[in-house]
Amino acid sequence: MSTDTATPPAEQPDAAENPPPRPGFTQLFGRYLIEANSVMVTVYSLLLAFLIGAVLLIVSDENVRSTYTYFFARPQDALTSSWILVRDSYLALFEGAILNLNTLERFQAGTAEFGDLLRPISETLLNATPLIFTGLAVGLAFRAGLFNIGAQGQLIFGMLGALAVGFSLNLPAVVHLPLAIVAGALAGAAFGAIPGVLKATTGAHEVISSIMLNNIAFFFLVWAIGTGFFHSETKSELVTKPVDESATLPTLLGWLGAGLRVNLALIVGLAAAVFTWWLLSRSTFGFRIRAVGFNAHASATAGMHVGRTYASTMAFAGGLAGLAGAALSLGVGSSGVTTNTALEYGFDGITVALLGRARPGGIVAAALLFGALKAGALSAQPDVPVDISTLLQAIIVLFIAAPALVKAILHLRTPRGGMVTLEAKGW
Amino acid sequence: MRLELKGLTKKFGSFTADDDIDLVVEPGQIHAVLGENGAGKSTLMNMLYGILKPTSGEILIDGEPVSFSGPGDAIAAGIGMVHQHFKLVGPFSVADNVHLGREHTLAGGVLAAKAARQAVLDVSERYGLRLDPDAICEDLPVGVQQRVEIVKALSGPKTELLILDEPTAVLTPAEIAELLDIMRSLAESGTSILFISHKLKEVQAVADTITVIRRGKVVAELEPTASEAEMAAAMVGRAVTLQVDKTPAEPAEPRLEVKDLTVVNAAGVKALDGLNLNVHSGEIVGLAGVEGNGQTELARCILGLLKPDAGHIAIDGADVHHHDPARRIADGLGYIPEDRGRDGLVTEFSVAENLVLNQYRDEPFAKNGVVDAAAVRKRAVDSIAEFDIRTQSPDEPAASLSGGNQQKVIIAREFSRPRRLLVAAQPTRGVDVGATEFIHNRLVTERDTGTGILLISSELDEIYALADRIAVIYNGRIVGEVAPDTPREVIGRLMVGADLGGDADAETDPRTRPDDDANGGDR
Repeated sequence: MSTDTATPPAEQPDAAENPPPRPGFTQLFGRYLIEANSVMVTVYSLLLAFLIGAVLLIVSDENVRSTYTYFFARPQDALTSSWILVRDSYLALFEGAILNLNTLERFQAGTAEFGDLLRPISETLLNATPLIFTGLAVGLAFRAGLFNIGAQGQLIFGMLGALAVGFSLNLPAVVHLPLAIVAGALAGAAFGAIPGVLKATTGAHEVISSIMLNNIAFFFLVWAIGTGFFHSETKSELVTKPVDESATLPTLLGWLGAGLRVNLALIVGLAAAVFTWWLLSRSTFGFRIRAVGFNAHASATAGMHVGRTYASTMAFAGGLAGLAGAALSLGVGSSGVTTNTALEYGFDGITVALLGRARPGGIVAAALLFGALKAGALSAQPDVPVDISTLLQAIIVLFIAAPALVKAILHLRTPRGGMVTLEAKGW
Repeated sequence: MRLELKGLTKKFGSFTADDDIDLVVEPGQIHAVLGENGAGKSTLMNMLYGILKPTSGEILIDGEPVSFSGPGDAIAAGIGMVHQHFKLVGPFSVADNVHLGREHTLAGGVLAAKAARQAVLDVSERYGLRLDPDAICEDLPVGVQQRVEIVKALSGPKTELLILDEPTAVLTPAEIAELLDIMRSLAESGTSILFISHKLKEVQAVADTITVIRRGKVVAELEPTASEAEMAAAMVGRAVTLQVDKTPAEPAEPRLEVKDLTVVNAAGVKALDGLNLNVHSGEIVGLAGVEGNGQTELARCILGLLKPDAGHIAIDGADVHHHDPARRIADGLGYIPEDRGRDGLVTEFSVAENLVLNQYRDEPFAKNGVVDAAAVRKRAVDSIAEFDIRTQSPDEPAASLSGGNQQKVIIAREFSRPRRLLVAAQPTRGVDVGATEFIHNRLVTERDTGTGILLISSELDEIYALADRIAVIYNGRIVGEVAPDTPREVIGRLMVGADLGGDADAETDPRTRPDDDANGGDR
């Protein structure tokens, strides 16, 4: 750092004697497109990921690979089969996640319901819902300078909390459902507060403690499902009792078709995103979170309780992850919760938060993208390997986390004010 | 080496950082470049060191025009640079740091530790810079770390010109004196030195020629015989009063009472050792001392960030042991931290947010847990006007401000709310002459409104300019309280504990009882 702060960081060697005329909109937009700003890096990361995914699809398909053995004799064979494979795979993902063209034809012919058309979208939204919550849980903690790896464990406790209230109380739906959701949030918050409190009181690093707590939560889940309180009365395998009808999340589009599973939790998720945005940007609590996240020393000097902020932020984040758990256990309907219900939603929340750059709006968008990838992959298997969705997610995140890589590959310009790399402080 | 700059110009878009700079450094000469923060000194040095490319103009070395595309070229051409903020790897040894990036290696990339040690010893012997090549850098005092930087710069293949960028900003008075000696002896041995500074006394003491830059232009070429007032006026562009006008203090009731304060740090050493100190309303007590003698711990204890192991602190007559920092701030404790980047500002926050950093929860800035953005902005607009904070808008991040303006943000924050006691630690560190003048005047005005002020400063000039009473801290205790007209030598000896034989005397000296204020206001 120099003392002369009047020096702008970006070099502009083309600026001549006279200030250049104000560039027009198209010129500005064009410049924006070739700049490594956070929006364009995200866009290019997606494109690059699909490109690399295409290469991997080709390499991993035995039939297509065999056409490359005589590439120099008949290159069109290899190229055509590659193109068809990539096109069909991505089309299958698209059809599973957004719109099935077959169904569209049948709908136009009058043999399919409108609800059938919405099915892929519904699946995408259903898969995105827990990711919105866990993404927010990681993203919010990020803003306080905390790396919340523990969303998975918090989600599991939220799942159990909501479930316990969901089947053990006999109440009308108006009370029962909100109560079950709140129970999920509280259980997640209580579990999420642990690493925060440990950090505040003993300095234990939240990454280590929350990773360990994830394992504790998982094995607690395995044990809890086996207990008499949770275990199903009718089935012998490791599955819980189903939640009561009055505590089940109502579907949003059920009136359009029976298969449309997206439920009220989506609305709760969007509301949580709006609330988190408001909390961060408008409330004194959010002011404190951001101040502590940027500079804990200055915050303490200004009289803020840094430790208390860590603890309360982690509790709040845990509550959000707990809501994801509630969305799962109150949304599965009659089948009950198994050790598999939680999947990897908590861990995926980390990548969602990263892709959304820890901002609520970005997190919702990222959750929708990942939800779409998941829904697409599930519906496209076995024609398309289900791993392709995980692979795409991983490549996207890799590029997002390393914007300099995207910049170098595409020869993008450095934006004014430098590149933005999201990083957790406190390591 | 003879260095000549001809019409050197650097533009950033429509902003001209350096405009047509002409400058000649003769061999073996110490050439000072004086200028306020933002005057274009660092841009100039960055061009010289190959970090920035000049828009126009040329750099000549021994009459030959040169063009650098990076610091490597500059080093190859014989230019060495010591940055204001050291670029050392803390856990590495001195020898490792000196040869960082150009390690001595044996075959197969094995480090040649012996050769590196010897090279350090050679350079330090040649220039008379004592260094232990095996010492770990982060354990060394700041002054010695800087010596490592100098040796590093001199260890280039043929360094003949040394650029020192604000080298004294972090040094104690004794270390500064030592550095100036080193500079003189380097010049005698033929090394040219380009000395960037805004500290007039040091420039006067050591420079052969002085070039003053203001707003990117050379505005004056001065001889070292020029008076400080002349230099300051050239720098700022108007007459500057280096003397602070103030009336005798009228101390009244005690605002801060520190009694037998003891703090044992993590290493088990007593950072504060039964320290006693009082500050009354309407007086400025200057706490003089070499840094690291307990000033930081004292300030943190008063704010409440550090819990003392023994002793009491009373603010406004009330024991504050159980009050947290928020409570003490709310009760009227103002606090200017010594390290503004670390403790004073959230540099990513806007100027407006920083201005309410310790009041964001209070009316009118927040109601029921909701921040009132309009009220925050209004405060920012008012403060920016009142304290002359140079920023493009209240929404600019604090990081984009110059050091002096960042400090003004902190001053504005602390002075814009009711206060009874102010702890000001190094309030003008890294701040230019104009802003220093402003801050000093505000401190005196503040005193006159009845606030008790504890001024912690490692710069004796500042203590002399402001204090109504001087307390000297050494090894965690007050070793003497003296009147502001006490000669420098006396305070200097107290600062290094030279009079510790008379320790007992100092403690029983009637002047340590501040209530009889025979020495308070006779300045």
